[in-house]
Amino acid sequence: MAETYIGAPIKRREDVRFITGTGTYVDDIKLPHMVHAAILRSPHAHARIRDIDTSRAEALPGVVSVFTLKDIGELDATVPIRMYKIPGLDKYLQPSLARDEVRYVGEPVAVAVAESRYLAEDALDAIDVDYEVLQEVMDVREAMEDKVLVHEHNGTNLAGVHHVSIGDADKAFAEADYTRREEFRVHRFTGNPMETRGIVAHFDRGKGELRVYGATKLPHLNRQTIAAFLQLPEHKCHFEENDVGGGFGIRGELYPEDFLIPFASVRLGLPVKWIEDRREHLLAANHSRQVTCELEIAARKDGTLLAIRAQIYGDMGAYVRTHGGLVPCSTGALLTGPYRIPNYQAKIHCVMTNKTGLGTLRAPGRVESCFYRERMLDMMARDLDLDPVELRRKNLVTPEEIPYEIGFTRPSAHPTILDSGDYASALRQALERFEYDEMKGIRGLQEDGRYHGVGLSYFVKNTGGLEPYEGARMVVGEGGGVSVFLSIAQLGQGHETAMAQICADALGVTMDAISVFHGNTDLSPFGWGTFASRGTVMAGNAVHLTALQLKDKILEAAARHLDVDASGLTLEDGNIVQPGTEAPALPLGELVAHMRESITPEQGVPELEATAYYNSNNITHTYGVHLAHVAVDPETGVLEVLKYLVVEDVGRVVNPLMVRGQTVGAAVQGIGGVVLEELVYGESGQLLTTTFLDYLLPTSTDVPPIDDLVLEEAPSPYNPLGVKGAGEGGIVGTAGALGNAVSNALGIEVKDLPLSPDRVRAWIRARGDG
Amino acid sequence: MSTKSILNLTVNGKAYEKLVEVRMTLADFLRNELDLTGTHLGCEHGVCGACTVIMDGEAVRSCLLLAVQAEGATLETVEGLADGDRLHPLQAAFQDRHALQCGFCTPGFLMTATAFLKENPSPTDAEIREAISGNICRCTGYQPIIEAIGQAAPEAGGKPRE
Amino acid sequence: MKPAPFEYYCPETLDEAVSLLEQHGDDGKVLAGGQSFMPLMSLRLARPSVIVDLNRVSGLDGIAANGDGGLAIGALTRQRALERDAELPARNPLLAAAVPLIGHFQIRNRGTVGGSLVHADPAAELPAVTVALGADFVLTSAGGERVVSAADFYLGYMATAIEANEVLTEIRVPAWKAGRLWAIDEVSRRKGDFAMVGVALWADMDGANCADACITLFGVGGEPVRVEKAEQRLKGAALDDATLKEVERIVSEELEPDSDIHASALYRREVGGVLTRRALRAAAERGTEGNGA
Ligand SMILES: Cc1cc2nc3c(=O)[nH]c(=O)nc-3n(C[C@H](O)[C@H](O)[C@H](O)COP(=O)(O)OP(=O)(O)OC[C@H]3O[C@@H](n4cnc5c(N)ncnc54)[C@H](O)[C@@H]3O)c2cc1C
Ligand code: FES
Ligand code: FES
Repeated sequence: MAETYIGAPIKRREDVRFITGTGTYVDDIKLPHMVHAAILRSPHAHARIRDIDTSRAEALPGVVSVFTLKDIGELDATVPIRMYKIPGLDKYLQPSLARDEVRYVGEPVAVAVAESRYLAEDALDAIDVDYEVLQEVMDVREAMEDKVLVHEHNGTNLAGVHHVSIGDADKAFAEADYTRREEFRVHRFTGNPMETRGIVAHFDRGKGELRVYGATKLPHLNRQTIAAFLQLPEHKCHFEENDVGGGFGIRGELYPEDFLIPFASVRLGLPVKWIEDRREHLLAANHSRQVTCELEIAARKDGTLLAIRAQIYGDMGAYVRTHGGLVPCSTGALLTGPYRIPNYQAKIHCVMTNKTGLGTLRAPGRVESCFYRERMLDMMARDLDLDPVELRRKNLVTPEEIPYEIGFTRPSAHPTILDSGDYASALRQALERFEYDEMKGIRGLQEDGRYHGVGLSYFVKNTGGLEPYEGARMVVGEGGGVSVFLSIAQLGQGHETAMAQICADALGVTMDAISVFHGNTDLSPFGWGTFASRGTVMAGNAVHLTALQLKDKILEAAARHLDVDASGLTLEDGNIVQPGTEAPALPLGELVAHMRESITPEQGVPELEATAYYNSNNITHTYGVHLAHVAVDPETGVLEVLKYLVVEDVGRVVNPLMVRGQTVGAAVQGIGGVVLEELVYGESGQLLTTTFLDYLLPTSTDVPPIDDLVLEEAPSPYNPLGVKGAGEGGIVGTAGALGNAVSNALGIEVKDLPLSPDRVRAWIRARGDG
Repeated sequence: MSTKSILNLTVNGKAYEKLVEVRMTLADFLRNELDLTGTHLGCEHGVCGACTVIMDGEAVRSCLLLAVQAEGATLETVEGLADGDRLHPLQAAFQDRHALQCGFCTPGFLMTATAFLKENPSPTDAEIREAISGNICRCTGYQPIIEAIGQAAPEAGGKPRE
Repeated sequence: MKPAPFEYYCPETLDEAVSLLEQHGDDGKVLAGGQSFMPLMSLRLARPSVIVDLNRVSGLDGIAANGDGGLAIGALTRQRALERDAELPARNPLLAAAVPLIGHFQIRNRGTVGGSLVHADPAAELPAVTVALGADFVLTSAGGERVVSAADFYLGYMATAIEANEVLTEIRVPAWKAGRLWAIDEVSRRKGDFAMVGVALWADMDGANCADACITLFGVGGEPVRVEKAEQRLKGAALDDATLKEVERIVSEELEPDSDIHASALYRREVGGVLTRRALRAAAERGTEGNGA
């Protein structure tokens, strides 16, 4: 056995099925008599539905059923808000199928079910919908004028507002030596996991039970909602996660289709499969980002930060979905970052437009706020003629000030508290690793004819917490094998390996003896889900605690069996041993065998098992630095990222291979989002980026090798393992670092994204010399 | 000629004869008719590379072929890479280097790399980067994939390792 | 994202293929490499009721020497076959350099020369290169053959001179002139993407001065755009900085591109000029070394 499994670069056990092509993703599921659904979507950004005629479609060969909202009838339900239910938002919820109006291109209007997906799509072609086209509103500013209303009956496009007020920002501004005001904009883009969404729903009429495959991220919560919608007892609904081709925030949330496909199965009594195609994904799955911010900063001449004020506008799209409000609210939540800024005021606006609904994307709101703040700090450094690194160092919260309570920055009962960290140390190590002192001189036009620049951003990112608990159940069986049942889901992260590492250490068995099961609502009564990098924090600690409890039970049982005192026993590599004695070890498997045969009433259950929950509302914060070196071709506006470093303190590393994987993958996703990806709407509210030829994901030749440095200087004080989530640190600082690098290279101030060649050229042109 | 046709082909060394819809793509045929679900669909319009298979020795997008076009062809898919329980060197290297997370893109990368290494058994990192630029991975950031292909190159240029 | 139904024919001779097209008129569509057409069908942006698959028609592929020292390229020749042809860089370095810019190797494994030319994406490399090279296209129908020059073939946004009953069967590329300078350059959002702007050009020199030149841009309009005014400016001039700057300006002024989600019209005008200047410089710097016969 390794010293400990935690911290060792252990190869992932889930890999074997993926590299041999034997994984089971939802589209790989095939059930007897299964039929296939396709969804008719609105071609208009805003229109009234006069009539839907499905008769032609229903008459086609191979078509099983076509249904519309009429058929759902009184079951009609809406996609619920999951987080940050700020008042007002609940008047803008999305129905499963459009009611009398469609409000974005891609909104579901009808469902066709047929013997194959090919035939189902033929049926869509034969559904006749009579639309009366209405005026659309696509821009947040315009929407704020309320001239065109997305939801007429609500009388306004401003769905909700949230205020943050800490200290006295107005006073600080009035007294400050220095203030600056800027407007920043982050564009609309989205997660695009390589596997699109998909559902197989199977209602067994005989048993009255519904089984749904393809659930992920929050299977229990989704089950709760769908069971209520279908008026089925929750325990007769089984939601199963299969292998999942990536999540990134978008996958696994509840969507209209999550109602429609189980509904179809209940209605038909047949298994129904729906696999989203990529065009649907771009049209219909959550979009993200697109937050605009008017940011003001106040400081002393020497660079001491005094206050920030912000007006934040989130472009919700046409309906507030599960996490619509979260995107702009999270932008406000960590806008002050790792800095001591005693006065902070923000007003967050959730604004409706005729676009696809907004939702989460890896580090939602945090990528945005880091961009705004870190750009503003660079501008301020230039204004005040201060070194941008010194300016940051001066204002970083110090270890002595930690835990540092920022205040109530989010719509929640808990204040934001920076829990642990040595921010200056991470900064110093980042600068050293990047050879920043040598690099910072490389600025402006260089010998290769390109403008070079270096940019830095500092981030803090909340991880874990948010929802109160996660659980784990552990059972020892035949041969001492340990089954670990989790309440969370896995979307590519590698929990099957990481949780086995944690379990092995705490329990005292080898990893080989452990199997990890997850993502099935039958495995545990309830769980909140896998998001916000909370997997390792919440489930990891649940596994740790459960293993400790189970170990006590094992040692007690062994003590009874051996007739010794339990305190004299330990469990090592799956053997119960009596340290310091000559006594032979008792293998765990023997103990199990013995208990199965000779259980007495006072010994209770014949198996060794334990269940425990890790319960915490505390949010831990990772932190770190991004540094980028870029070169810009001034004549073509083409940007090349030459060097990129991510430094993140994750508290404690469970598996360095996986932490590095998360960091590098997130950084590349971040660079893609900042440079390439954009959801573009054109005339009459049409989405122009509905294929991968238009929506550009980063490929191997678009990104440099990413360097990363993972620190473990500040274990979280909030949980026994000391871990913080590592899924998002690699992305949070990308917009900030790249925005700063390009600004430094060209001597301009980047305020909006993406950094496309066309946009970069426009900035150079505006500078007047290019 | 009608909308169905008899198709004969060999996949991973096994011969098949099937009646297929002429409009069915090769990817759907492999997945739905032969139950070889290791070949994935990430876009169905030729950009992501998840559906890459090797047809008569060449890496191709199976979403951009009709199944009927594979008449008489010899196909290799990810399911045929390993030799029984013995992983192909590329598969082993992908695990060693943590070159996959969700694994959805992985079959496409493996098949692309297999074809590529046959043609260029000792590539530079830059050549590997170029070769895989037609495959999209959303999880790994590509670097570990490049490392894995580099690691496997000496062995994978030819056959599975002994 | 699945194709609408169609009837499928897989002829083995050209005669069969063209008579099928004749028979089905506008309902029929030719399938070559499928790298552009299959996505259109899957997205149901194209819904032909009859597909005539050329892939088994014999005699439509291969790269042969033309009588006059040029090349005769079968329309069904895979782009990859050109890329692998060891002789091609010597026989036509511009064409050889253009091919690897198309998509990715898996795309080129299937994509055909003829498919790219008939598909006529305004940002595609091969249409512009064939225009620059003065190639001729052989179009075959049941009624016989006709030959159309590349320049006459392209008629505007994705519109060409080919009729529904015709198959492009051969591309005839004139002999490469000894000593010719050439270059191809493009800017795309990502490697392998269609170009936002690109240029393919050559110049024949008489001593230090340019005797003849052809400058063709792609991605800057509905079809490949030849900038004759810039070519005129080059003729008789040395490829010095002043001339190249002038050429850049002329190209920028002459182009009338559209805006799309990837680049504005202004960007395309500017960068069209820049790329032309850079390509000319690269051509001059490379000189005639390795430039074929
Ligand atoms: C991801 C991706 C990236 C790409 N990048 C590029 C790029 O950078 N540059 C580029 O130029 N292309 C690119 N392409 C397109 C690719 O080059 C195609 O191969 C080409 O455009 C079409 O050739 P094809 O043989 O595949 O034709 P098909 O797709 O089979 O046919 C295209 C059209 O031409 C017609 N046609 C084909 N052959 C003939 C013929 N002989 N006679 C009459 N009509 C015919 C068809 O009816 C159809 O209308 C890309 C494609 C993909 C999927
Ligand atoms: S599924 Fe074939 S390339 Fe994406
Ligand atoms: S491993 Fe998830 S897309 Fe590549």
